[in-house]
This record gives sequence, structure tokens and C-alpha cells, in this order.
Amino acid sequence: MRRLENIYRLGVKELFSLRRDAVLLALVVWAFSFSIYTAATGMSHDLRNGSIAIVDEDRSQLSARIGQAFLPPYFSEPARISFNEIDPAMDSGRFTFAVVIPSGFEADVLAGRKPAIQVNIDATAMMQAGIGDGYISRILNQEIGDFVAPGGRSEPVVELEARYAFNPNLTSSWFTSVMEMINNVTMLSIVLTGAALIREREHGTIEHLLVMPLTPFEIMMAKVWANGFVILVAVSLSLWLVVETLLQVPVAGSRSLFILGTALYLFFATALGIFLATIARSMPQFGLLFMMVALPMNLLSGGETPVESQPQVLQTIMQAVPSTHFVSFAQAILFRGAGIEIVWPQFALVTIIGGLFFAFAAARFRKSIAILRS
Amino acid sequence: MTGESAFAARLEAVSHGYGRTVALDTVSLELPPGCMVGFIGPDGVGKSTLLGLIAGARKIQTGRVEALGGDMAGGRHRRAVQPRIAYMPQGLGKNLYMDLTVFENLEFFGRLFGQGRQERQRRIADLLRSTGLDPFHDRRAGKLSGGMKQKLGLCCALIHDPDLLILDEPTTGVDPLSRRQFWELIERIRGQRPGMSVLIATAYMDEAERFDFLVAMNGGAVLATGSPAEIKSQAGAATLEDAFIGLLPVEQRRGHRRLEIPPRRIHDGEPAIVAEGLTRRFGKFTAVDHVSFRIERGEIFGFLGSNGCGKTTTMKMLTGLLPASEGEAWLFGERTNSHDLETRKRVGYMSQSFSLYAELTVRQNLDLHARLFHLPRGDIPGRIGDLIAGFGLGDYADALTDRLPLGVRQRLSLAVAVIHEPEMLILDEPTSGVDPVARDGFWRLLIDLSRNQGVTIFISTHFMNEAARCDRISLMHAGRVLASDTPAALTRKRGTDTLEEAFIAYLEEATREAQSESTGDLPVVAPSKTSVEAGATRTRPAQGFGSRRLLAYSLRETKELLRDPIRLAVAFFGSAILMVVFGYGITFDVEDLAYAVLDRDRTPESRTYLEGLAGSRYFLERPPIQNHSEMDRRLRSGDITLAIEIPPGFGKDLVRGRSPEIAAWIDGAMPFRAETIRGYVEGLHLGYLTELSRRATGAEPELSPAEIESRYRYNQDFKSIFAMVPTNIALMLVFIPSILMALGIVREKELGSITNLYVTPVTRLEFLLGKQLPYIAIGMMNFLLLVALAIFLFGVPVKGSFLALSLGALLYVSATTGLGLLISSFTQTQLAALFGTAIATMVPATLFSGMMQPVSSLEGGAAVIGRLFPTSYFMKISIGTFTKALDLADLATDFLALAAFIPVLTILSVLFLRKQER
Repeated sequence: MRRLENIYRLGVKELFSLRRDAVLLALVVWAFSFSIYTAATGMSHDLRNGSIAIVDEDRSQLSARIGQAFLPPYFSEPARISFNEIDPAMDSGRFTFAVVIPSGFEADVLAGRKPAIQVNIDATAMMQAGIGDGYISRILNQEIGDFVAPGGRSEPVVELEARYAFNPNLTSSWFTSVMEMINNVTMLSIVLTGAALIREREHGTIEHLLVMPLTPFEIMMAKVWANGFVILVAVSLSLWLVVETLLQVPVAGSRSLFILGTALYLFFATALGIFLATIARSMPQFGLLFMMVALPMNLLSGGETPVESQPQVLQTIMQAVPSTHFVSFAQAILFRGAGIEIVWPQFALVTIIGGLFFAFAAARFRKSIAILRS
Repeated sequence: MTGESAFAARLEAVSHGYGRTVALDTVSLELPPGCMVGFIGPDGVGKSTLLGLIAGARKIQTGRVEALGGDMAGGRHRRAVQPRIAYMPQGLGKNLYMDLTVFENLEFFGRLFGQGRQERQRRIADLLRSTGLDPFHDRRAGKLSGGMKQKLGLCCALIHDPDLLILDEPTTGVDPLSRRQFWELIERIRGQRPGMSVLIATAYMDEAERFDFLVAMNGGAVLATGSPAEIKSQAGAATLEDAFIGLLPVEQRRGHRRLEIPPRRIHDGEPAIVAEGLTRRFGKFTAVDHVSFRIERGEIFGFLGSNGCGKTTTMKMLTGLLPASEGEAWLFGERTNSHDLETRKRVGYMSQSFSLYAELTVRQNLDLHARLFHLPRGDIPGRIGDLIAGFGLGDYADALTDRLPLGVRQRLSLAVAVIHEPEMLILDEPTSGVDPVARDGFWRLLIDLSRNQGVTIFISTHFMNEAARCDRISLMHAGRVLASDTPAALTRKRGTDTLEEAFIAYLEEATREAQSESTGDLPVVAPSKTSVEAGATRTRPAQGFGSRRLLAYSLRETKELLRDPIRLAVAFFGSAILMVVFGYGITFDVEDLAYAVLDRDRTPESRTYLEGLAGSRYFLERPPIQNHSEMDRRLRSGDITLAIEIPPGFGKDLVRGRSPEIAAWIDGAMPFRAETIRGYVEGLHLGYLTELSRRATGAEPELSPAEIESRYRYNQDFKSIFAMVPTNIALMLVFIPSILMALGIVREKELGSITNLYVTPVTRLEFLLGKQLPYIAIGMMNFLLLVALAIFLFGVPVKGSFLALSLGALLYVSATTGLGLLISSFTQTQLAALFGTAIATMVPATLFSGMMQPVSSLEGGAAVIGRLFPTSYFMKISIGTFTKALDLADLATDFLALAAFIPVLTILSVLFLRKQER
């Protein structure tokens, strides 16, 4: 009982401290609003403004038609260049795509000679190259097909009906906004808890706590609940106001299930913050450590690129990190509407691994306090 | 320089404020030359501001300040006289670099003043000998005792034979012997250089007695000036301390009366504290060496000694904060144990630094502590009310504690320490920096607690007059108790007049014993004659740009970096680790996709269709799906990302030419992946159709009237690694170098050593470039490491010119560290520098520099940012040389653009960096 009261009192004090820390508060607000908004609207995984050049050596009706087929927002206005300009222009990155229409193209098509049309793609533009290739092929096929047989073509023998589940139009902001929010949960829970501990150490108030009838566990627990609480409130607000209201992203599953899962994950993330703060001697050292830990964790947990594309070793290692399971259940609940009957294994893993790490961090915290030196 | 004989410095109507706080209020002063001028008064009355203004370290706000015969507001005069001024800021070793050794510190200052190697060595040897620091030649400044730090600080200030020496509280927290040695040293230097003026701020009134001219200050204004005798007669008091109190405005000294200490009532029973052979070691260093004492109940027991002599460590062992390495202590007959929460309830502790929550109000602080000590809920308001009244906190009850005057804060700390009515109080230097009136008020509270409430008080202090008020004291030095008795008995035993002299006698005895081990302070040796001769040959550093000063900063930065394990590790391996993670983590190759099939036909035709999928390297087959609800569940759980459904009657329909329809369900949660999957599935489908037609008719089907040849240039296999690795190198070389650079500068601001930029002849450009050089070198080493990783770990060769790549990297690293310099000019704390730089570099580097989208397809603000950010250009150079086999000539415009960033960033950084503090 007394223990709980101590934890509660100290936690309330944490909240007061945070309220006065303008830098950290600004970071929380920024991370859960502007940063999500810019990630959702600024970075598109679709093809946008692809820079394209056309080398028209045919100068026919068909080639003119092709030249007009590349439209915004997918492509910028195609530039007309000569064949010799291709190499330097692509070397300097002026164009990502260059279409070469050979002379006599229209005549060859009409004569059924199946002429080749060349599409040069700058394969170093990873995000655009593959998708752009598909778009360009589809556009060229369409234009040439319509030119040859304006009425349309015969049906194929077998039709393929490809449908996207959960995000029918593949709106990339649905994905980027939620993933940014999830990444920021990890980032901020580490920063807030770690900074809270280091701040106490720098101000000498931690010693003050230690001469009172309090245990290190109570001190750590208070930081965990108070900062975890702030993050939970921020995530809930951000999901509701920024993701659902402002960005109009539909949430498929239960919000409360997601919040519950986040609460479980926060035990791990805040404990990680405490752990890093016990290693670092000062705030900047903590910041550097944080970057070296949080960046890889966010990148490799499946929130940026698919986990299955990583080397097998890395995938195995990441299975031991709760953030992987956090990202996985967050995607399942928010995008695919999964319920507890589907995500319970991830919940269990986050709780077990998080609990073990929490115990480890608590032990380390107790030890670091024992060797505290002025 | 004719004005010099008239004044050392002159102030006319000088006012200075920080925000709304007024530090100096229209002060006018004339300070006589060639003598010792003392500034007296408690903390926060404006002494430091005044000295900073005279030294040229602070920018003058209003009024006129003249020093060494010229206006300090003028940049030209400041530059001309700076080599003749030495300034030692307040705080132990504030102008020193704690990670450098004694010798390295002196060497750095010698270089800043443009001294050649021989001259530097000679002066350093001379100064070290005369201050007795030469046995500690290679000890790091951070490991020196307080007294030694101050001596080293003085050496650093004296290395260039200044005409005006400005010392801000040089002896606060220093033991009396070191203090005496310090003043003797100054006396001797003045003997050799009679023209030198010395301005000193001090909190010790007894020191002030020795000065030629005094300025008594209070509340940003001058109370009185004159010789010590004049000031005493002006106030009609016998001592300077009384004179000072007498000079204070009436409302401040109201209620002040001479402190009377009633005799102690002897309590029976066991002693409150017993310590036997308490020892504490930190590594090889013994902080407390076999300390034993016993303190009776209700006694006021004092610990007297300098900073770092082990007082705090002993107190921490008693409170259970630190376990003892050896020996034992008993509190109220119970062995101290850091895990015993019950004893803590009987003890109140007040630590050296103010350690209450600055973000809470007075009342909230009291309330929090009352609750943490679990006072009965009903009693809390009453207890808080009593304390607020009894400790005179009524006017401040709802104020935030960080806005309180120092004296009030100390009263609050004491109130917090006694909130649970402990039987014993442990107070660690509770009165440092507090003015004499407030100090007496504080002691009155202590005496009441001890005499009327029977509280045992264990207090440490470095004020002799406070020590004299204790029932008994222990004199501590270098971790040992030299003597322990009543103050009167100690003076009697040594046959001295004052407690201070007695302490000095004990210290001298102790250092004589320790001399053979050479761990204590050595007595001062007279400086040799060379230092006098040096006055004639001293160097006047040339104006303008000095490569020696620049290199002094480079050398120092390198040494400091090498001694900070975390910064060093990040500097050298941070980029490599992130590169590996990014290289494997960010991949746009979508492979090993899990899929499953709902085959509701189960005919040879359907199986033929599925064979194509099973044979693809992009897909991994999972157990087949039985029904729609299972398909739904497995897609939801992320078990599969693609489900293929073949309708019943597929085989029959196919044979009859009825165009059956196959459904592919793709998990759209990750749009990029979904789009790629669709591409793969459509490709396989097309392959199936071709194969089908070939089998049926023996000919290629007429699917399209033209053939589309897609040529993936530069990266035929379209493996993302070939593009990601050069991109990552560009990212890594902006991220970590700029952060480390920004931290390197802001660290100086936070630690206070930036003062050396303000008061020495080093220019802003020398300072910035000097600090930048090591980081450029580290950046280039990182670059080589990253290229090696690219070639050997990721197997991505440099197809183009390596020379061009390296040259590009050099320009780029210069630009990105320049970016760090620029950001550091806007940030005040290391934390802000860290996150500010991370965000300011990461966002434009990943979004607008061609990593996600080619710069050519950006528009609007994004395009402008992309073009104004160096990463865009190096990204092209890196990708160009790695994958496009380009060389210097092909990339000329990018090189020029990159090179243009360097002067622009440097000039901006110089303009934004202040050469004076506000």
C-alpha cells in the first residue's frame, strides 16, 4: 500500500517536472502531430512527378500520341531530347526515365512487324524505378493497342482479378502516418524516461530521493508509469485527431485493443530508456546512445520496409526485440482489423520479453545507484 | 596608453540585466591601478557581471566601461588589450579543461597567446615550480583537488604576464592552507610586476581585509568604496563582516542581531552517530581514509575542510547513499545499511547543491516530502503551515523554487529536511554562497533545533566563523581527519589566535608528512628569475589570423574526444554500425513473400496455374487455405500477404474457353509492398498465358503489337543494395559528423570554457576552424571505413573514379561539419544541439536529397530545400562514382556546388557566434 502510494506520488511529481520542460514537451507535440503529418503527406511511395524524356526518332502520329500520354501527377511534362543526350542527362540524374521511339516505328507496328520501343530506367532511383517501369509499360501497351485497334482487344483466356485487401487504393499516407506514430512511441518513451532520470542525476535530486524511505524500484516505477502515461495519452490523441480526423485514415480494428497493446509495450520501451540512462554519464552521451539504439530498432522492426526481405540472421535477432512484435500487432489491429484472438501471441511475446528486460533494467538501476558518486 | 596610470578600470553608469533580473543598476566606479581591488558581497549581487564586463567577456548593455585606458565596447580596443588581460571565471576550474592534464591545459593557453614551443615550455616549468604543481604534471585537471584546480587556473591566467588580472571568487571552497598559498603567490607575482592591477571578487571577509581597495556591493549597486579601514570606520564596526551588515539597507538587516548560542544540555544514552574506520575508495583513489568519530545526541558537530577533502563522501556513507569500502558506522546504535528504510525516517539530509524540485512550488515541495515520509494525512496541512511560518517562507509559499533567492532556498531545503521531525540532521555545506545576514538566520534555526528540540546536527562547512559555532569540529583534509575537538580546544592546542590559523597549522603538519609520498600540496617555491626576464621578451601575439591558436583548439578537441569513450565510439563506429543496419534494413527488394492458395477447383489445370507461383523466387508457399473465413483470418494476422483463389470449375471453363477469373488478394497494409506483389503476380500470370498459348497453338501469342524493352541502367539486376549503399554513405556522412560537431561547440557553452574564446586573443574563425579540423579528419576516416564496408561487406564496387569520390567526400564532410557549426550557434544546451541537429539533417537528407525521390522530381518547397542542402550534391557524386562509373569531369557542377557550401556555412557560423557573453 505504502509502496503504491510512493509510486503514485513520485509519478505525479514526474508529471509536474515534464510540464516545466519546454524542450521535451515540444518534442512530444512535434512527434505526435507535425512529424506524423509531414511523413504522411510529404513522402509518397507512389510515383509522383517522375522525370521523363522522350527521344522521338519516328515523328509519326503514334509517337506524338505516346508523347502526350505521360500525365501528371505521375509524370512531369516529358522533355524532348535527342538520342545523344540520353547518356549525359541520365548520368547527371536529370531524368529517371527515357523512352526511345525508333524511326519507322508506326509503320512497323501497322505492318505487324512488332518493333521494339526502348525504355531506359535509372535503376539507382530505387523507389521510382520499379513502379515507373510498370506504369510506362502499361501506358505504352494501352496507347499502341488503342492505335492499332480502337475498339479494344479480345478477352484473354484467363483473367486475373487482383484486389488489395485493407487498403483498396493503396493510399500510402495510411501506412506512413501510422508507422510514424508507432516509431515515435518507441523514440519518445526512451527519451522521456531516460531524460527524466538523467535530469534528476544532474540536478542532484536523485540523491535526495535516495535518503528518503524509498526503494530504487519505486523510483523507477514512478518514472515508468508517469512517462508511459504521457505517451499513451499522446498516442490516443494523435490517433484520433491527427491520423483519423486530419489525415482521414480509416482505422480497421479496435482502438482500445491497440492502446492496451501499446501500454504493454511501454514497459519495455521505458525500461530501455532507464537502462540507457544508467550507461550514459551525461545528457549528450545519452542522446548519442539513444540514436545508435533507437534508429536501428525502428528501421528493422518492419515499420519501414518488410521484415521478410531482411537477411535471415537479422530476422531471427529482431524476433527477440519487442518492437518487432509491437509493429506487427499494431499493423494487424489498425490496418487489418485483427482482434485479440489473432494478436494474442504478439501481446504475449511483448509482455514476456518486456518483463524480462524490465527486471534487468531495474537490477541495473539499483546497481548504478549503489555506485552513485558526486 | 597614457590613461593607464589613472585607473585600472573605470565604469560610468553601467547597468546590466538578464531578462527581467537586474544584475547591475547604474554603477559608476573608478578603480585605482597597480593594486589589489576587492569586490565583496554575497552571491548574486552583481560582482561576477561587473568583472565579466571589465574583462570584455560580457557585452556591455548600457553605460561605459574602460579598462587599460580604452573603451571596452570597441572591438579594436578589446582585441588590442585582450593579450594583457587575464580572467579567471567563478567556479572551481571553470576556465580549465577537465579531461586534459595539468601540462596540457597550460600548453593550450600558451598556444592561445601565440607562444613558441621553447618559451611555452620555460614558462610552464616556471609556473608549475612556483605553485608546487609540478608533481602533478600529468594528472588530469578533473582529478585535482579544489585548491590545486584554482592554482592551475591561476597559472593558466598568468602564462602571458597580464597587466590586469581579474579573479572571480578564486578561493571559494578552497582549504585555508591552499588559500594562504594562493595569496602568497599573488603577492610574489605582484612583487615582480608592480604595475599589475588585480581585481578580485570574494565572499570571505577576512581575505578582503588584506586588499588595498574595496568595493562593497549589494543588489546590483555599490554600497561603499575605500580601503578596508575606511569602510570599517564608515560603518562604525570592528570587523568587515559587521561593517558590511551595517552598510546594508535597513529592511535587509531588520531582525538581525548577534547570534547567541546557548550551552548544550547533556543528553544521556548512546551516541547518535558512531563511525569507526570509515573508508571509501573509488578505483585507486581513496576519498575517505579511516575516519572515526562519535557524535552525542543534541550536539552540533562540524566537518571543516576544502572541497573534495571527503566531507561529502563521509556524509553519504552515513546516510547510506554510498556503501563503505571498509569500516562501519552506527546511527542510534544501529549499523547503517543502505537498504534499511526505517533509519532513514529518523534522519534528515540536505545535500550540497540545492536539490529540491525546481519545477514545484515551495508548498508542493513540502507536500511531496510530507507524503513520501507518510505523515498522517490529517497532520500534513498543519505541519506544512508550521514550517512555512517558522522558516519565514510565508511570502514565497506558492512561488516556484528556482525563482527564490539563495537564502530562502536554503531555508526551504532545511524545512524539507526536518518535515518528518527527524532526530538527526545531516547538512552538507548548507550555507555556501549565502549572504551573512541570511547565514545568521539559518544558524538561528539550527540552534533552535539543536537546543530546544534535541536534534543532533552534523554539518559541514568551509566558513571558519560557522565552524566556531559548532560544539565540536573535525578538521578534514585529503580524506583524513586531522584533529577533532571543540573549536576552543583546537586553537588552544596549537597555540594560535584563531581557528583558521590552527587549521593551517594542522594542514602544514599533514602535508609535511605526506610530502615524501608527494600526494599533498607542496609549499610554494619562489619563482625563478626567468619569469621576471620574460616580462621584457614577452610575445605580443600578432593580430589577424593565427594558425597556432587554431591548431591549439584542434589539438585540444582531439585529445578531449579521445578521452570520452562514448563520443569516441560513436565518432568512429557509429556511422559503420548505422550503415550496416541501413544497408540490410532498408531494402526495396521484396522477396520471400508468404502466400497461400484457396484452390476450389483441384484439377490438373488449376495445379498447372499454381506451379508458376510455387516456382517463383519471390514467393514462399504456406499451407493451403480451406475456406474464405480462414483466408480472411490469415490475411489479417499477417501470416500470408497474398492469397490466390481459383474458382470452382476453373479447369472446365478454361477448356471450354469461357475465360475463368482468378482472384488475387494482396495485403494492402504496406502499399509499396502491395504494389510490388501485384507486379510479380501479373508477370507470372502473363507468363502462364504465353505458355498456355504456346502449348495450344505452338506459337507466341499476339499480346502486343510492339515490344517494350525495359533497360535498367547502372544496376542491371535492379538490386537495391547497389543504390542503397552509395546513398547510405551520403546519409552517414551528414548525420553523425554534424551532430558531433554541434555537440563539440555547445559543450563549451554548457561547461563554461567558452569564456576562453571571450577573453583570449583567439578569433571566432580560429576557434571554429580549429574545432572543425578534427571532425573533418574523423569524417574522412569514417568515409574510408564506409567505402571499405561497401566493397567488402556489401560487395558494391566503385566503378568510377575513387579519387573523385574521395575529393567529393572531403568537400562534403567539410560542409556537413559546417552545418553542425551553424546549428550550434543557435542552441544553448547539448540536448537541444543533439536533437536539433538530428532533425535538421535527417529530414532534408532522407526526404529531399534524392534518396526516396530523385531531386529532379521534387517541386515547391521540397525542391528548394533539396537544392540548398549539401546531401543532394554528394548523393549524386556518390551514386555517380559507385554505380554510374563517372569521374571528376562528369560531376564538375556538383563539386562546385558542394564547394560553395563551405565558405557560406563558415561565414554564417562566424557571424552568428558571439565573441562576448550577453
